[in-house]
Amino acid sequence: MTFKYNNVYINDTSLVAGPYEKKGPLGNTFDKTYDDLYLGKKTWEQAEVKLIEDSVEILLNKINKKKKDIDIHISGDLLNQIVATNYASASIKIPLLGIYSACATSTESLIIGANMIEANQIKNCICSVSSHNNAAEKQFRYPVEYGGPKPKTATFTVTGGTSSYLSSNKKGIRIESGTVGTVSELGITDPNHMGAIMASSAGDTIHQHLTDMKRDPNYYDLIITGDLGLYGSKIMIDYVKTKYGTTIKNHKDAGLMIFDIDSQPVFAGGSGAACSTLVTYGHIFKLMKQKELKKVLLVATGSLLSPTMAFQKLGIPSISHAISLEVI
Amino acid sequence: MDTKRYKEIVDENTPKENRLYNGMIAFIIGGLMGAFGELLIQIYTYLFGISTSEASVFMIMTLVFLGCLFTALGFFDKFVAFAKAGLIIPITGFAHSMMSAALEYRQEGLVTGIGSNMFKLAGTVIIFGVVSAYVVGLIRLIVLGG
Repeated sequence: MTFKYNNVYINDTSLVAGPYEKKGPLGNTFDKTYDDLYLGKKTWEQAEVKLIEDSVEILLNKINKKKKDIDIHISGDLLNQIVATNYASASIKIPLLGIYSACATSTESLIIGANMIEANQIKNCICSVSSHNNAAEKQFRYPVEYGGPKPKTATFTVTGGTSSYLSSNKKGIRIESGTVGTVSELGITDPNHMGAIMASSAGDTIHQHLTDMKRDPNYYDLIITGDLGLYGSKIMIDYVKTKYGTTIKNHKDAGLMIFDIDSQPVFAGGSGAACSTLVTYGHIFKLMKQKELKKVLLVATGSLLSPTMAFQKLGIPSISHAISLEVI
Repeated sequence: MDTKRYKEIVDENTPKENRLYNGMIAFIIGGLMGAFGELLIQIYTYLFGISTSEASVFMIMTLVFLGCLFTALGFFDKFVAFAKAGLIIPITGFAHSMMSAALEYRQEGLVTGIGSNMFKLAGTVIIFGVVSAYVVGLIRLIVLGG
């Protein structure tokens, strides 16, 4: 399903990131960074709450608006019961739509917001997403200090919170269309190989978007995926070529851009709900505003991992949603 | 696309883990751990004039203490990431797994946090340790008569 938009713009964004992202190649593109993963809070979950609170506060300052001026807040994160979103919203107090599509939450929020603005149901909205490395490790894997050995295909959850302000004011970056993905599950059971889990849904969504919009991959200056990582990217390119006969040459992965995978301890690259937006809202938007890139397809990729279902030996499903971005 | 064809694509693009190298590292580090344990037993026997079996209890206590201390100080996980099975299999790995879980859940209370989560990883070691000790003991009883 692809929606077309004539009148939706991302007017402004805010980016909050943690210590590893700060030391990465895009370290200078964030609005606020923290040197400590606790962010001055007692626990990692509470630190993730602060990531969302911070990003919304910074965004409101940037656009010079008050909370009551915002019609709706669409937000999600990776924690159980999306607690980062829910607890942050208790202090933000903007009407909330809490959503979950794992790391594809970012584009899902943009699609929902864009649809409501296009239909004139709302004037504006804020779309937020967050992920926290240690909170994710604790929930999905082992205790952080356990540091169990990981294979080369493992990815490193980014610590970050991002928010974007959407309205019909012609300013910033235009959202041209959005494609809602379908869940793909092809029998991959290894939770340390997220790239392989998500590559098929990324490929399916890219193909669906190009078919619906009657486009060729080269229509875009860049097709950027959320967090496939080094090996997942190769699998996705191979999958699209084998299944659909389409060759994608203009692809980059946000997980490989946010970290320097040669010098940072991130295995196959970055992952996490905030990975796609930390790279796109900062670095990519800057290139778009300089007109170095004009048309970008952002495909956020989500691995819908549940440890319970994975222990029951079921394949891990994934979903990807795509957003087409254009310079004005 | 069927799951079999997809798995082929995944396998073609997935790097192989260097099992021989990892095994060598684990073998050497694990061996050094064993030698260190033996050294401790010799020292305790010599210093306190106790039997070897008593000294081995002290040796285990020392290694468990060091495993816990280094975990709490925050660098044992880096050792484990390097040495892998070389540090996970010895008693240090057991201490490390309990200590890391205890640290992780400290903020969720003494009972609901530490109490119910400390054996999250170590529980399996105890269950299968006890079961396999029982089975081996039974075989020994039947074959050797005690």
